[in-house]
Amino acid sequence: MSLPSQTSSRKRSSGWRPSQQNEAYLFLLPSLIGFALFVLVPIVGAFVLSFFKWNLISPAQFIGLDNYQQLLFQDAVFRKVLANTFVYAVSIVPLQLISGLIMAVALNQGIRGLELYRLIYFMPVITNIVAVAIVFQWLLNRDFGVANAWVWQLAEATGWPIAPPDWLNSSFWAKPAVIILTLWKNIGFTMVIYLAALQGVPESLYDASKVDGASGLQRFRFVTIPMVSATTFFLVVIQMIGAFQLFAEPFVMTRGGPAQASLTIVMYIYQNAFEFGRMGKATALAWILFAIIFVFTLIQTRLQRRWVHYETGD
Amino acid sequence: MTRRKRIGHIFLHLFLIIGSLFMLLPFFWMLSTSLKEAREVFTFPPQWIPSKLNWSNYTKALTAMPFGRFYLNSFLVAISTTALTITTSSLAAFAFARLRFKGRETLFLVYLATLMIPFTVLLIPNFIMVRYLGWYDSYWALIFPPAFSAFATFLLRQNFRGIPVELDDAARMDGASSFRIWWQIIMPNSGPALAALAIFLFLGNWNEFLWPLVVTNSAEMRTIPVGLNSFQGQYSVKWELLMAAAVVAMLPIIIVYMFAQKWFIKGITVTGMGGR
Repeated sequence: MSLPSQTSSRKRSSGWRPSQQNEAYLFLLPSLIGFALFVLVPIVGAFVLSFFKWNLISPAQFIGLDNYQQLLFQDAVFRKVLANTFVYAVSIVPLQLISGLIMAVALNQGIRGLELYRLIYFMPVITNIVAVAIVFQWLLNRDFGVANAWVWQLAEATGWPIAPPDWLNSSFWAKPAVIILTLWKNIGFTMVIYLAALQGVPESLYDASKVDGASGLQRFRFVTIPMVSATTFFLVVIQMIGAFQLFAEPFVMTRGGPAQASLTIVMYIYQNAFEFGRMGKATALAWILFAIIFVFTLIQTRLQRRWVHYETGD
Repeated sequence: MTRRKRIGHIFLHLFLIIGSLFMLLPFFWMLSTSLKEAREVFTFPPQWIPSKLNWSNYTKALTAMPFGRFYLNSFLVAISTTALTITTSSLAAFAFARLRFKGRETLFLVYLATLMIPFTVLLIPNFIMVRYLGWYDSYWALIFPPAFSAFATFLLRQNFRGIPVELDDAARMDGASSFRIWWQIIMPNSGPALAALAIFLFLGNWNEFLWPLVVTNSAEMRTIPVGLNSFQGQYSVKWELLMAAAVVAMLPIIIVYMFAQKWFIKGITVTGMGGR
């Protein structure tokens, strides 16, 4: 007879040898050294640094809360990047979730060629962000890009007075350009996660709702959405964390411009630290970003109780 | 299949095919431009198929910058970082999962708590640390700091706990050391988890941009993303060369992906929590 592992591990706990203690530290040592050097010390260092003014060359100068105070109350660029980052987050997260879910539902209808479709939709996820950002720069080029060529052709065919935008040099269209790239790049990820969740929804629920006369749309609304809500919650949280830390996409595509129109918080951190030599200010900014992410994650975790449906296991 | 369902499937395929075309369009446009002659690049309306395949763009792009070196750097960094992460985190995870020592739960909690801190917060102090250690613009800077992952430790610990303790006990009866149990029982029994983690880490390190951008300076130390970024800075209107470089940067991973799709998807979705 085999014991459940719970019991056996408890049984084991009574007979441990002290020599294991030293052994355990030996196993931990390589990880601990790196962890201390590159995680723990930097966390403390970042905290301390955020109260200093330091350009790496002249001696660091303690300035108390000045970095924070300046950022929160005086820095107009900070307000701008904060607003930009929020625009990115509130557009990328829902668009990502909706399109990913639609694609996953479409793929989950027992159609043929699932593997091939998945191969195609997931391909952008594994590509290099710098390379694809350059490709999108070219796709969205004002005069010779594919996107604008279509708009011109549409205008010609219909006679509508529409002129295509200069995506990357327009303070309005630079953000949508970045959003289009992130959607294209990450939709496959959302889709694959949703697909796994959909495959876990019991067929019997759909059958039962069919018997009750629910239409396809009703089944989607009242069976599918609640049954994948735990996945939705997970995706909302990680996509939000990702969107708040957007860097490479605008960095390569627009360099944050024109006139900071597409600049993000992380890009501003990068600029402060490595272009303006303001290490303390950049670190303070990083902590503010952390606080924002933390608060939003907390809010999501609180709100989830109202809308996330967990299997009760009856 | 009912008639209605069949019609539904036709529409579904139509929808999915249009979607697929949108997903593939950037790849096709990149490939097409990379083979065009310079004057053909700037035509309106855009020409989808180059009139003549102009392979010399590739030699031009690849010799304009030391792309061979970028490749070597990316490969070396991604392989070493992945191997180092898996070694250190599996050793630590073994201790957390199987050995008893004072402060185990507390230390594990500290590891977990750091998962909340975004990399952005660690970026600047890590940069300063690297300079302080004299590692700036070296392989050490590219390989070591990213190689200590609380996330990988956490993931492997969960996996190791799923392996029956009876296996350890039996081996201990036979006089096996902890090290041997880790190497001959725990690791071989975690194949799928280790493979998924390895793919996730390799891909993450291969594609990483911000960290190598910050800690490298000389062209010899650049990885592919950083090299490509500086290439774009210098050849910003030479689209045929930029696209050729982008193709070269993407191709190897895409080819491997074609053959190992399942593992890539598994690697990224199972471990996806750690990255975007």
